Amino acid sequence: MPFRFYTRITQVELLDKEAKNVEELLEGIKTVSSFSIYHHTHHYLEQHRYFSPEYSNDFSYWITHSLGLRALGEKIASIDIVQFKDIEGLRQKFIEILSSYLDNNTSNLRNSLPKEKFRFLSSRIFILPTHFYAHNLAEFIDCLSKVTIHSVYFHICEARLRLKRETNDFSLWLKDQGYHSLASKISRLDPYTYTLEGLRHKIIDLIKKESGIEED
Amino acid sequence: MKKIDTYRQIVGDEIVDELYLIAEKLKGITIKNINSTLKGGGVAEILSRIVPLMQDLGINISWDAITANKRFFEITKKIHNCLHGVDLDLTKDEKDYFLQVNKENAERIEEWADVVFIHDPQPIALVHKKRKLKNKWVWRCHIDFSSPKRDVWFFLRNFIEKYDATVFSAVAFARKLPLRQVLITPSIDPLSDKNKDISDSFIDSVLNKFGIDKNKPIVTQISRFDYLKDPIGVIKAYRLVKRYIDCQLVLAGGGATDDPEGRQVLDQVKNEAASDKDIFVLHLPADSNLEINALQQASTIILQKSLREGFGLTVTEALWKEKPVIASCVGGIPLQIAHKYSGILTYTIEGTAYWIKQLLHERNYARRLGINGKKHVKNNFLITRHIADYMLLFLSLYNPAATITL
Repeated sequence: MPFRFYTRITQVELLDKEAKNVEELLEGIKTVSSFSIYHHTHHYLEQHRYFSPEYSNDFSYWITHSLGLRALGEKIASIDIVQFKDIEGLRQKFIEILSSYLDNNTSNLRNSLPKEKFRFLSSRIFILPTHFYAHNLAEFIDCLSKVTIHSVYFHICEARLRLKRETNDFSLWLKDQGYHSLASKISRLDPYTYTLEGLRHKIIDLIKKESGIEED
Repeated sequence: MKKIDTYRQIVGDEIVDELYLIAEKLKGITIKNINSTLKGGGVAEILSRIVPLMQDLGINISWDAITANKRFFEITKKIHNCLHGVDLDLTKDEKDYFLQVNKENAERIEEWADVVFIHDPQPIALVHKKRKLKNKWVWRCHIDFSSPKRDVWFFLRNFIEKYDATVFSAVAFARKLPLRQVLITPSIDPLSDKNKDISDSFIDSVLNKFGIDKNKPIVTQISRFDYLKDPIGVIKAYRLVKRYIDCQLVLAGGGATDDPEGRQVLDQVKNEAASDKDIFVLHLPADSNLEINALQQASTIILQKSLREGFGLTVTEALWKEKPVIASCVGGIPLQIAHKYSGILTYTIEGTAYWIKQLLHERNYARRLGINGKKHVKNNFLITRHIADYMLLFLSLYNPAATITL
């Protein structure tokens, strides 16, 4: 079976929920949909794709900048998303860290400025097929170098966490083609510590090295 | 070749191909935009570009404007000011007249569509037709709706709640509503006169026309002459820089001459700049898009030192031209500039001056900001992305699932 590259576009919606302190943020994280948690932990990857962002998710950014709680912000930013098989696990991790913070900081709950309240968002995704097909590794490299970074994002991040596939789509296909070692190397990459362009190049390099396909 | 295909050279085949693919899914659905005017203003400008491009994609989309007189627009101007928190009262007569004009227009418009896309508050009450037509209605709010005056908010809310969905430009401009609120940022058209590539000789001719020296650093702010754009603050920042660096300041923009406040600001700016031959205060006619493009392209640094701002499309235009931009952290500007990565965000005159000096001295860093800024605009704020967002909005009215495979 050839590998067909898909891509996706996001539609962002504002939810009727906001938070002015850690307690309300925790309450929001407990109750919003998994798509909202997904949005707040992933949209950075695509929006600021030309550099590796300092803050990996909206919660940490808000806690640090609007509440001035740097240690808590860093803790939330440092959650190793790749270790979570689904969004519910990730949600529980946020709940655990924020609850623990509240247990130890019972008084003097810090509020944000009224204009800097955390506004919960969610996203709807539209998945589209592209006209890129790969029948072998050479074609795969060629397609991967041409598709948009949205497509790279879709097959690597979205496939696993939002669409609940066992690993990323590239590794699944490579495994089917008999490239077990390559599939495993790609599935071990931490996409959250690369820019999407950087990730694209890393995967292409891995395939070239493993398969002996010459550099251009 | 269709106009939409000319964007392939800028955004790539894959983006335009995606647009065709999404458009295919809208076959059979008719869409009608309605706003307050076919000419003049930002909404008409963007619709005049987006609608033909969507038609190119094969979408059955049209655009109409309401018919109204001066009295109606005086009332809607008042509503606009109230939405910005100005303390004015809307009388019962004014509300009744607003409704009457909307009703007359609802009767006048003969052809409706499956999706009616209403822009801004002026035609908002047309939605009373929904009950009879049984179609989908979306309200697109292009302005800051976050802190309206209570009375006007209650008046408008009655209509808003009848819509199927609303669209805002940014979280900061929206407010709590009991219906879907989709976020769609505005965009610029890279092929418009204001943003397209222009020749060096044309840029030189514009600089010559205004007597600007292309061999001396040029710091520019493009905006209408308005207190909220803080042109006097810009001159003060320039003066702090000028002590150390020989540079020029260009303050250019339109600004209605029939707007008494605009005239007053312009006079004040000219007065402030009078003794300095390196300050160029250029009050340009409304159709000076190519000249503005040339001034932006010729600039070493572009400023947007606004005290309040909408989305700030002048920043988008400057970033698109790969310029290092120093701008106030207000309105939609922080969505466009990540501080120290794709531009500089400042809060004061002194901070602005400090960063002008830094960027004039560290040209490689400034260049890097410009490159990042352009990439950010290419990925997020071009008209092709805007069209995709609108098409997905229309599709989502018929399919509310969180994941939709087209």
